[in-house]
Amino acid sequence: MPAEPIQRSPAQTVNVKDRAAEAPLVPASSIAGRTLIIVVAIMTFLASLAAGGAVLIGQASREWRSTVSREATIQIKPSPSRDMESDVARTVQAAKAMPGVADVRAMTKRESELLLEPWLGQGVNLDEVPVPRMIVLKLAGDPPVDFDQLRRRIIEISPNANLDDHRIWSERLADMANALVAIALLLLALIVTAMALAISFATHGAMAGNREIIEVLHFVGASDRFISKQFQRRFVWLGLRGGLIGAGMASLVFLSAGLLSRRLAATPSGEQLEALFGSFSIGWLGYSAIALIAILSAALSGQTSRMIVFRRLRRLG
Amino acid sequence: MVRFENVGLRYGMGPEVLQDLNFAIGPGSFQFLTGPSGAGKTTLMRLLLLSLRPTRGLISIFGQDASALEKDAITAIRRRIGVVFQDFRLLDHLTTYENVALPLRVQNKSEAEYRDEVIELLRWVGLGDRMRVYPEVLSGGEKQRAAIARALIVRPELLLADEPTGNVDPTMARRIIRLFVELQRSGTSVVVATHDLGLMDQFDGARRLVLGDNRLHIYD
Repeated sequence: MPAEPIQRSPAQTVNVKDRAAEAPLVPASSIAGRTLIIVVAIMTFLASLAAGGAVLIGQASREWRSTVSREATIQIKPSPSRDMESDVARTVQAAKAMPGVADVRAMTKRESELLLEPWLGQGVNLDEVPVPRMIVLKLAGDPPVDFDQLRRRIIEISPNANLDDHRIWSERLADMANALVAIALLLLALIVTAMALAISFATHGAMAGNREIIEVLHFVGASDRFISKQFQRRFVWLGLRGGLIGAGMASLVFLSAGLLSRRLAATPSGEQLEALFGSFSIGWLGYSAIALIAILSAALSGQTSRMIVFRRLRRLG
Repeated sequence: MVRFENVGLRYGMGPEVLQDLNFAIGPGSFQFLTGPSGAGKTTLMRLLLLSLRPTRGLISIFGQDASALEKDAITAIRRRIGVVFQDFRLLDHLTTYENVALPLRVQNKSEAEYRDEVIELLRWVGLGDRMRVYPEVLSGGEKQRAAIARALIVRPELLLADEPTGNVDPTMARRIIRLFVELQRSGTSVVVATHDLGLMDQFDGARRLVLGDNRLHIYD
């Protein structure tokens, strides 16, 4: 530099570190930041609900199927030509002898009649009605029960006996749960797409609002990559804030639902809810999914804006 | 360093605003670019800065054909050019220090690498006590000096200054031009666009590129 200064400033110790030296080149005020944070927060919240719901359904479905598949039922229809008590006793013996059957319990005539009460009402004399007898089998799970062999054995004992291994129920439950999880994942994909579109609109707006800054950056030797990185930084920060708010709200919803379901567990309606949805706790898997969605929101926000800015700058030439 | 051969420029289907420009800027040369308002000085500066493409002719810069340059190559060339805009083009949300450091920052240099150099230059242009303020509180002359400092911080091989003395008093204007002459002596090619004939007369040895009737007339 030339020797003689234009106008010497007073000697002083200059502390330029008073302000962050690496101030953002894309000013915060030039982006509709608050709006974008709210949009990302809502989208993250909805995505987290969808993901948490999918986890909840998956867990409940596994519990239903494991409960259903741990039991089998034998039904013996009454026939005037046969001794019901003898058929029941022999069938119980045959079932107990099968490998994989942990416990066998024949329901009494009274218990079988009680099963009909919800349909027929109380006070009906069922002595003359041919009520089938039920035998409940608890399965050990290992080794698996050979149901075909058991079916042949009980029909040999009583032609009116029928074995229900709950397989159809289990398959239907699995199908239903898989369909619900698929719907939740589809919702998740739609929400992510909507979020990417919102970020895209915000990026285009930010680029239009910062046209002069972009031009100056180009003139002083900034590459397209450098400029797009500046936008990415800004949008990652906005996305992270929105993502954390949305994920925090969703976590609160699941935590509250879990607490409420535990509190209601002692009541009849609570029991029914628990039978359907388990404990309403999404567990570490669910909360990990929510945390991942918050991080992905930030990454999606940054990456989308960077890609759009870079492509647009390249197109502008 | 820079060569224009039969360069013409028109906007859309309109008439040519610049016609048959033929000139060269050699290393370590000093030239004034002058002409009446609207003659196309700023347009010619933009052609030199590669922010406009000519509609005909050849521009060669630092030995490369400008029409064949990819974006990354244009970026590399701009890093060898310092530019002072007529309207300063300082970024309002950055302090004077940050504005001057900008050309180094966009090259991904760390602040520790350039801090002392930026402070020294700011002191040198008389803005040592204004480095933490924003452009909106700077006077026209201070903005001008900050813009000049930003152009000089990269020690450019080619300096393009569009009306760099337009907002300063005559004494300051002479100092700025003297600074540019010193830069030229240290090897930088300088192009100063101005319509201040009095100022040009004080630096008689400089070459004059005069724009008029859409053409360029050269007075060595």
